[in-house]
Amino acid sequence: MMPYFKFDYFGADTGLVFAFLIGIGFGWFLERAGFGTAKKLAAQFYFKDLTVFKVMFTAIVTAMLGIYFLSSFGFMDISQVNVIDTYLLPQIVGGLLLGIGFVIGGYCPGTSMVACSTGKIDAFWFVGGIFLGTFIYGEVYPLIEGFANSTHMGKIIMPVYFNIPYGILVFAVVLMALGGFAGAEWAEKKFGYKRAGAVNEN
Amino acid sequence: MSENVKIRKPKPYTNPYLAGLGLGLVLLLSYVIMGRGLGASGAVSTVVASGVNAVAPTHASGNNFYAEYLGDGTTNPFKDWLVFEVLGVLVGGFVSGMFAGRVKKSIEKGPRIANRTRLYYAVIGGALMGFGAKLARGCTSGQALTGGAILNLGSWAFMMCVFGGAYMFAYFMRRQWL
Repeated sequence: MMPYFKFDYFGADTGLVFAFLIGIGFGWFLERAGFGTAKKLAAQFYFKDLTVFKVMFTAIVTAMLGIYFLSSFGFMDISQVNVIDTYLLPQIVGGLLLGIGFVIGGYCPGTSMVACSTGKIDAFWFVGGIFLGTFIYGEVYPLIEGFANSTHMGKIIMPVYFNIPYGILVFAVVLMALGGFAGAEWAEKKFGYKRAGAVNEN
Repeated sequence: MSENVKIRKPKPYTNPYLAGLGLGLVLLLSYVIMGRGLGASGAVSTVVASGVNAVAPTHASGNNFYAEYLGDGTTNPFKDWLVFEVLGVLVGGFVSGMFAGRVKKSIEKGPRIANRTRLYYAVIGGALMGFGAKLARGCTSGQALTGGAILNLGSWAFMMCVFGGAYMFAYFMRRQWL
């Protein structure tokens, strides 16, 4: 029964080996997509190159469908899958900070690791910034602990929260992603580096 | 000589939908094997907490944030799933970059900004991300991708806000990128 680790097919130490191997796959595909350079990532926010959106939503839809079908056919016990607790307000504020940090710094934490591994100097400074920001958070944590733990809603997934059947919501997300992809292709032709007559700055 | 030119020219990136499919399968595999998704920023927290603990142990143990990452002292905090996964990310990124001829020392930016300014912005952006990711309990990997795939309510709210924040602020950063 999946997930294998939760059903004691192997121990935590073996899990670390899988962590390393899964990380290799993760880093490989981030680099393949072109996420090792801040220019390509930041272009997302000027409608020049929407690769970030396309890769992210293809990945989300792929994994979402996989989990949905594996659990529907009884191969996976979805109740054993980790769900991070929702803390709505801190996550909204944190998300906005991340978004602003993304367009200022040009990376997110995962992509900055990949950029470091391929020699991007700005990524090393960015990772230094992550350490700094995490340290600042740790130091001010006693002051903001109340806010950081506010609006705690527990482990709550959208089908439960909105009271929509799981399969219907999965289908809706697929449709939304397909609509988004069509929109992204259109926007790239209209504003992007790929538009007719544009200088290829990739 | 043409052989030489061939080696220097980096290969084009993979089609975004194909790269996304690959990334999604890695994420799915992580769920199937471990019952958990991917991550990145959490590994930094382990290092920071351990660093503070090494310099000022009483200060670290009195702080709930550091204490959470340090554990109860019976296990080494670096024997952590995310730490090993991020080490893998570094290897995977490097190997992919090597095969494609993209491993090269450079500073990524638009043509209208000085190198030094770019590096300052990188630190500021990284710091905002580090802080924000702690508040949000994860970053683009741990929340948006991982939580997105299991339709986690907080992850989707977070994801909308990441894109919202970036698009709202993009105008002020246009000189850096365009």
